[in-house]
Amino acid sequence: MAKKANIKKDKVKKIVIDKSKSIIDAPSGMFSDKINEPFAHEMIVSKDRSENLTPKQRKRKWKSMANYFSANSLWMLMYCTGCCAIELPQAMTSRYDMERLGMGPMATPRQADILLITGYLSLKTLRRLIYTYEQMSEPKYVVGFGPCTLNGGIYHDSHAVINQLDQYVPIDLYIAGCMPKPEAVMNGFQDLIDLIEVGEATGWKDYHARYEWYKQNQKEALGEVMIHDEFHE
Amino acid sequence: MTITITDFLVAFGVAFCGWALQTSVSGITRKTVARMQKRYGPKWYQNFRDIFKLLNKRAITHGWVYDFGVIMALAGIIGTAMFTPVANIVVFKGYDNFFVFVYLFAVGMLGMAMSASGSGNPLASIGVMRALTQMVGYEVPFMVIVLALIHVRDTSSISALVDIQQASGWNLVVMPIGTIVGFICLMGMLGKKPFDTYIAPAELASGPMVEYGGKQLGMLMIMHEIATFVEISLFVNLFLGGGSNILEFLVKYFIVYTLASYVSNVLGRFKIDQVVTFYYKIPILLALIQAGMLVIFGWGV
Repeated sequence: MAKKANIKKDKVKKIVIDKSKSIIDAPSGMFSDKINEPFAHEMIVSKDRSENLTPKQRKRKWKSMANYFSANSLWMLMYCTGCCAIELPQAMTSRYDMERLGMGPMATPRQADILLITGYLSLKTLRRLIYTYEQMSEPKYVVGFGPCTLNGGIYHDSHAVINQLDQYVPIDLYIAGCMPKPEAVMNGFQDLIDLIEVGEATGWKDYHARYEWYKQNQKEALGEVMIHDEFHE
Repeated sequence: MTITITDFLVAFGVAFCGWALQTSVSGITRKTVARMQKRYGPKWYQNFRDIFKLLNKRAITHGWVYDFGVIMALAGIIGTAMFTPVANIVVFKGYDNFFVFVYLFAVGMLGMAMSASGSGNPLASIGVMRALTQMVGYEVPFMVIVLALIHVRDTSSISALVDIQQASGWNLVVMPIGTIVGFICLMGMLGKKPFDTYIAPAELASGPMVEYGGKQLGMLMIMHEIATFVEISLFVNLFLGGGSNILEFLVKYFIVYTLASYVSNVLGRFKIDQVVTFYYKIPILLALIQAGMLVIFGWGV
């Protein structure tokens, strides 16, 4: 009996190591602190309860449960930089009622799940945005509003505004329109929920996997990511 | 009286069912409030989804005081909930004293204050300071009323007070002014508007909760639901005659929480100095009048 248990443990370990080779495809590691060992903890805990399932099925079950909860309770942090922010009050209040999707505004980056970037970003605000994004706890998602986050929009030739936001932070979803109507905003959020439920909104894993690349882009644009003022020292 | 392991299991059951009950009731309230505002509102189980989502997230830490305080807060509140008499379920008979609640409740609140201060964020410190200031405000009128009640009934056991009320009429009838004061103080305890000065999302960025995210915030949400359960149960037991069966208790519980939420949804927020001045003007005056009527003249007893 003891021998059997040992073999099983080995199997579990082996599978974990195999899966950790491709970090981007790995399932969300919800109790694990290391990105390289997703679900190592769960697999051992849940082994006794669902003995009939293969490790792969078990992993999928846990993953889908975690995705269900993440998708249906999205707390927003609104980074209201540009004009698209004006479309959010309608989406939030009685007319379009974002709360029926389980979404709501939150006060701080620590509590939030999605970061809404509503419009253009100047170099000065990009620094703060990177700080904010890195403070959020994982899994976290980013939504870009309008063409300004996609290719610079009407500010494409400005010296002070970045053009392609996804070079600096990973974006999970863009919402089109200048500005997007509240219908488009709600539709976009529904799409984001669908993406999270099937586990395809993996921007935060991409940020881990290509961290050096993102940092290099940030440095090229900003010179230095650190902020030197009286609030950050 | 000997306490067996079964008692502890039943007590844990009370705490767990209290959590499940309060989470469902607050979900239903979210829905009905949304309907009042001509919205659809979330599903009634949205709060469960929020809690499980938070427990799913990865957590960061700001030091061991921050982590330990959260656990202390949750444990203190679960401990308090274990003593709560629900209808005719009194787990630890003879220990369900009013003062046990007062002291045990402080453990949870102090744990939270310690943890929030341990996060090192100045907004959290301001939030904790405001919460304690508000506590100074509502505790005085509440204590005046409850001590007068304990004096005339000659017992401080919650289940004994419930039994007296079952026999000779609810305290809502015996001391109507006192019940109003109790309800105003309950609003302060729950942190409902206009007394949500210490949360104040637009002003303090949610006060003590400012640095919490992920698992710690999930644990604090569980703690908040159980604390609400204890406070509402206390009000129902002290003023509305508890319940002779579970159903009666649940109906009263639902009415009290829903009423508090509805009142909260049509009011704005007080400033912290306005909270204390308010409590030290109207509720304390009403409380003293009620205490005089009870203790000196013996009206309604």
